[in-house]
Amino acid sequence: MTTLFQQLINGLSLGSIYALLALGYTMVYGIIKLINFAHGDIYMLGAFWGYYTINYWHFNFIFALLSAMVVCAASGVIIEYFAYRPLRHAPRITALITAIGVSYFLENGMSYLYGADTRDFPQVIKQVNYSLWGVRVSNIQILILATACLLMILLQLIIKKTKMGRAMRAVSVDPDAAELVGININQTISFTFALGSSMAGAAGVLIGLYYNSIDPLMGMTPGIKAFVAAVVGGIGSVPGASLGGFLIGLLETAVQSVGLSAYKDAAVYLVLIIILLVLPSGIFGKNVKEKV
Amino acid sequence: MKKSTIKRITGFAAIAMSAAIFAGCTTAKTTTQGNDQTGNTVKIGVNMELSGAAGGYGNQMKQGIQMATKEINSKGGVNVNGKKKKIKLIIKDDKTSTSTSASVAAQLVNNDKVNAIIGTATTNAGTAAIPNETKAKVPALSPSATDPNFTLQKDGKVQPYVFRACYQNNFQGGTGAKFIYNNLKAKRVAVLGDNSTDYGTGLAKAFKQQFKGKVVDTQYFSGGDKDFNAILTAFKNKKIDAIYAPGYYSEIGLIIKQARQIGLNVPIVGSDGMADAKLVQIAGAKNASNIYYTTPFSKTVAKQNPVAVKFMNAYKARYHTEAPTFSALAYDSTYMIKQAIENEKSANSVKITKGLANIKDFNGVTGKITIDSKHDATKPIAVEHLNNGKVVGSTQIK
Repeated sequence: MTTLFQQLINGLSLGSIYALLALGYTMVYGIIKLINFAHGDIYMLGAFWGYYTINYWHFNFIFALLSAMVVCAASGVIIEYFAYRPLRHAPRITALITAIGVSYFLENGMSYLYGADTRDFPQVIKQVNYSLWGVRVSNIQILILATACLLMILLQLIIKKTKMGRAMRAVSVDPDAAELVGININQTISFTFALGSSMAGAAGVLIGLYYNSIDPLMGMTPGIKAFVAAVVGGIGSVPGASLGGFLIGLLETAVQSVGLSAYKDAAVYLVLIIILLVLPSGIFGKNVKEKV
Repeated sequence: MKKSTIKRITGFAAIAMSAAIFAGCTTAKTTTQGNDQTGNTVKIGVNMELSGAAGGYGNQMKQGIQMATKEINSKGGVNVNGKKKKIKLIIKDDKTSTSTSASVAAQLVNNDKVNAIIGTATTNAGTAAIPNETKAKVPALSPSATDPNFTLQKDGKVQPYVFRACYQNNFQGGTGAKFIYNNLKAKRVAVLGDNSTDYGTGLAKAFKQQFKGKVVDTQYFSGGDKDFNAILTAFKNKKIDAIYAPGYYSEIGLIIKQARQIGLNVPIVGSDGMADAKLVQIAGAKNASNIYYTTPFSKTVAKQNPVAVKFMNAYKARYHTEAPTFSALAYDSTYMIKQAIENEKSANSVKITKGLANIKDFNGVTGKITIDSKHDATKPIAVEHLNNGKVVGSTQIK
């Protein structure tokens, strides 16, 4: 029983990272129907930003987290402006290929500039383990879970309660109509990228602190898994992405805990295939019929 | 009857013709015996994983090779039959990809006409490069390809142009097995190996074959994984005495950290891929206790070896960190080629091959190296013991 709870904690802390990343995928997809494969690499940028600011400018954790969110938001907007905006009216596949290109550019650019070697993340918060009925939880695990939940609630509030959020929802439903009623589409899309990328930046710093190891290729696998999480939850749906992230985290933990660790990635992709076959719009996705 | 005679005659003609063609081939080949050394330089090609999954290790090797080359050249170069020739490095990135590695090897041997190749870091990429190297008769010395079959052909004969400067897996995995059983007295062991490299799977397999106690559980992870909590929690439940974790420092460091954090304090034993200062940085000094790994490049043993002391100091002066094992192996590889050239008094690629095959008691940073009949490097092996992030002892295993 203790082991079960311990594995639950493991799964939730892993899942919260996937959830934070999945939010970025789902928001961008929701608004411009683009799967932004460079999203995982924004997360890597966030981790490296945290690494440098803490090591060289001696930022504390909160400041490093917030500044990483700002920097990642800016890089998300820049990427959108230079790579995706010129392709706004191009076929969807063109934008998708561009996204893969941006991803390779970021990964190999960082490897070239800073080396492909793994680095240890500065431990600004000392790890303390709490033991509750035999289940061990560290303060960093609690911090990750709390930060992730806080950011998700904040995001939900922004989308549902603010004017910009309403604009985002409008653009995602019908961009042409939104423009007719006076919504600045470019600004709204930039804002979406900023919001999604800042979540990835936060995830980068959190994961750096939790695992104490960062490298330029760290965004690749989590990025793809977060994409799966977004699809499972229903791509385009914000609560769906959060739920999908936690589900994927728990699934991976479960597969490993029963001794099938070699198949943990396969299990995640199997879920992707099953979901696409059985429930293509995901758990929370709306099944919208396209008019021809 | 007549038909069959004609058939026979044409058959003979065909055989005779093809024999003539093949004869032509052999004569052509004997005149171009590999790549000759030309001008004032000895050309050494480096086919290395400078980007991609093994990019981190490849870059460390590049540092080792460049350091050795700079040292050799500052002393005038390699002594080729009485004349000093400088080494010219031609470094190419194989991107940790088998197809790129094969084409890099072809470019190095055919266009750049190198006399010898150092590389690759991984067995997979290295194996893909063998046909091109063999065709051109240029020797390839890998600093770190550990798969037992890497230097062997399919029928078990040795690959004539392939060498390695490191241990092969059966030897290292067996040493780990002996150490855990005899020295640590552990009977129930869990194996946690890296299945994204031949290195990790090969060592895990060799360990399981040779361990006398009980292997309770075998789990795998892949390079770049960061979360091992689930596997370790499952291990904790199985009442194990030790973990054998063959892999590289970037993941083993995380395994150590996470194992200690969930309160799994059993000894963790690994291989030379762990022997890096980064291991302790990633794991945290407090967590890196009760850690053992088999290594040719033991820092405590190295202190008695003047070549190693010189290397470690020079490395620290140039790169400001402790020298990693991969740099040491690559540094040795470069000097082994120099030794082969000087023994054979020629930098022709076929002669270098012969020289490499005959290397005996070569005094390297990673110990006294002898190349055996299977082109494996034999050298002493030690087990280093970490406590609180510091090397506190090392045991020679026989």
